[in-house]
Amino acid sequence: MAASKFRLTFLLPLLVFVAISGFLLKGLWLDPREIPSPLINKPAPDFHLESLETPGKIVDRKDMLGKVWMLNAWASWCVACREEHPVLVEFSRSAAIPIVGLNYKDTRMEGMRWLAQFGNPYVTSVFDEAGRVGIDYGVYAVPETFLIDKQGVVRFKQIGPVTPELLEKTILPLIRRLDA
Amino acid sequence: MIPEIGNFALMVATAVALTLGTLPIIGAQRGNLRWMALARPAARMMFLLVVIAASCLVASFLNNDFSVVYVATNSTRALPVQYKLAAFWGGHEGSMLLWLLILSFWMFTVSVFSTHLPREMIARILGVMGLIALGFLLFILLTSNPFDRLMPAVADGNDLNPLLQDPGMVAHPPMLYMGYVGFSVAFAFAIAALLGGNLDATWARWSRPWTTVAWMFLTIGICLGSAWAYYTLGWGGWWFWDPVENASFMPWLAGTALMHSLAVTEKRSGFKVWTVLLAIFAFSLSLLGTFLVRSGVLTSVHAFASDPRRGVFILLFLGVVIGGSLALFAWRAPKVGLGERFEIVSRESMLLTNNVLFLGAAACVLLGTLYPLMLDALGMGKISVGPPYFDVVFVPLMAPALFLMGIGPLARWRKANVPEIAARLKWAIAVSVICAVAVPLIEGKWSIMVALGVLLAAWIVSSSMVNLWSRVRPGEGGQIGAKLASLPRGYLGMLAAHVGVAVFIVGVTLVKGYEVEKDVRMDVGDTVAIGPYTAKFVGTSEGSGPNYLYLRGEFQILRGEKLVRTMYPEKHQFSSKSEPMTDAAIAPGITGDLYVSMGESVGKTAWVVRVYYKPFVDWIWGGCMIMAFGGLLALSDRRYRLAQRQSSAGIAAGAASRA
Repeated sequence: MAASKFRLTFLLPLLVFVAISGFLLKGLWLDPREIPSPLINKPAPDFHLESLETPGKIVDRKDMLGKVWMLNAWASWCVACREEHPVLVEFSRSAAIPIVGLNYKDTRMEGMRWLAQFGNPYVTSVFDEAGRVGIDYGVYAVPETFLIDKQGVVRFKQIGPVTPELLEKTILPLIRRLDA
Repeated sequence: MIPEIGNFALMVATAVALTLGTLPIIGAQRGNLRWMALARPAARMMFLLVVIAASCLVASFLNNDFSVVYVATNSTRALPVQYKLAAFWGGHEGSMLLWLLILSFWMFTVSVFSTHLPREMIARILGVMGLIALGFLLFILLTSNPFDRLMPAVADGNDLNPLLQDPGMVAHPPMLYMGYVGFSVAFAFAIAALLGGNLDATWARWSRPWTTVAWMFLTIGICLGSAWAYYTLGWGGWWFWDPVENASFMPWLAGTALMHSLAVTEKRSGFKVWTVLLAIFAFSLSLLGTFLVRSGVLTSVHAFASDPRRGVFILLFLGVVIGGSLALFAWRAPKVGLGERFEIVSRESMLLTNNVLFLGAAACVLLGTLYPLMLDALGMGKISVGPPYFDVVFVPLMAPALFLMGIGPLARWRKANVPEIAARLKWAIAVSVICAVAVPLIEGKWSIMVALGVLLAAWIVSSSMVNLWSRVRPGEGGQIGAKLASLPRGYLGMLAAHVGVAVFIVGVTLVKGYEVEKDVRMDVGDTVAIGPYTAKFVGTSEGSGPNYLYLRGEFQILRGEKLVRTMYPEKHQFSSKSEPMTDAAIAPGITGDLYVSMGESVGKTAWVVRVYYKPFVDWIWGGCMIMAFGGLLALSDRRYRLAQRQSSAGIAAGAASRA
């Protein structure tokens, strides 16, 4: 009896190591940089702003109810947005869902020039000059993209540029599910 | 052609490692002399092959061979030559090759300096190291080959990460790896002893110098990394409890415990089980550190590419090496038996306490490092563990260990006498208390942490002096000089390392307690008062270095009305796409550094400027270097030189008799 207890003490380091390895193995498939958005599965914050292209025309979040749609925060001063832009233009051609732009802390002239130069994938862009809506959505760097369902609930958030791979593997399957 | 030679050398090395990892070990179990005799030549062959592979990679860098993926991603034509050499370990693949190179270097040194070891022992030691090398070779060849080709080649490379283009990059990683990988020798000794069932004082005597040398390199490596962070990250911190730093610090803690435990095993043949476990721990933590750094499971300021496939391979390898050795330990260690008995108050008990505290500290660092990962794995949310946790758990664990550093070396083996120790240390106690009260008063601000830090530092130094004095006091046996000269270097090394710890504590304590940090907006002509000085912003100029553009600020440092010096902090812009790098201007001094670095531009000629006064900060690294010097002194101890001479005489005699 005493002898077996003695043995167990010697086994202890091995057992601790096995436990640690279990965590490490699991850890390999987790992304430590991934930050979950508190908005996921919550209603998208309301906004009521002027459109970028047509001053005076008001765009409201509720206009989009009943559709699955995408909100993409962008700015003419954002370098990563320039990289992302062709992907969105291409995606808008397939017309899977409407994309609404959130023109974040920009000037009207610069924003318009950007759309004229690089193409306009958005059904409309809302003009968030002060960045208030951006704050409501928890945007801390552009580009960021939100996928919102028919009931106006945020289902997915991407921090950083949308890539073709992301569209293919994550966003499109999700749209199909939400549309069903 | 050259990369192919390197690749081929690695393949041949794999075959050699496989031979080395199997035949000599089996030979040692079966008593097959010819198989055992393979160990030394195979280890040397391994070293030669890995050196060839490493030289091929160096040549590819120097030739600007951008048809090699690794060179193309980590170098450019314009890169200065010292950074072309350092770019060797600038990325994942090369780091792994450096690991292997250093491992085979240690194998080579073991094969040279082990002539006095029994042949079973050396066969097992080199065999175990050969198995480790085999794991790394397979890892490199299967998942991280630095010789992979890029088709078609590019005209110019992608450049070495600008953060790494620093003299620190040349020295810090090799030193760190020398330490990390150096623990593989103590590990191999321990496994060999477990396999052979001869865990005894002789085993401890052989392991000791190898452990000390690895510990010494690791100390220097960590120290260089810390100093590098201090001057390059631009905000004057010297330790961040970052996972990658922790990965190097855990083996250091375990290695420190191991060194002390080995002393008991050698002198008193006690703690055998404990020592062998520590040897396994020290190297296991080195391997774990490699895993943490290379697999990307943790976030860190050291951004390394992560790839789950590599992670799985390293984890598998960890499982085999650590799991296997701990299983071997569980199987063989119960038969080892205990050493000589000792009383509750004795040098043994104090060293044991020291060991437990150090291992406890290592466990706390491990827990803090892995905690975010564990919670995430259990689906309990994302958190990050930062300096508050480490500061809170670390100080209470280290303070008693530091206190024991004063008493332990004076206590007798087996059974010590408390009143006798107290009587010998009464002056040390008095001096320490006076310092602890006086220093905060002189500095002008009372704080309990400063008092505690100074108390412990003064305690270590004064008790070491008492210890030294008791050995050299004039009286019977000669005068001070003669006695001093006859002291063993191992003993002096111990004292030096302990004093190094005290110097380190002084640095940490005073910089934490009394640093002055000012982040201010300065326009040309503005001044800011800092400690005893005033800094005046004179203006900026621009220019270009070998492969970057710089913007240089000019600051006049005045003491009263007198100009003391002019300082030039810089910002380096390596390419249009990278963030500018900060190159702080530092005026070092024994009693404190003045630290000026440029932040962001805020207006035409105005800048955010960080002006810091860091009292005694250089003592932090000075202390580490003194610790490492202590290790060097211990290594130069007469008995090691004697052992070496005897064994080389043995070889000469053997050679003569054969001739």
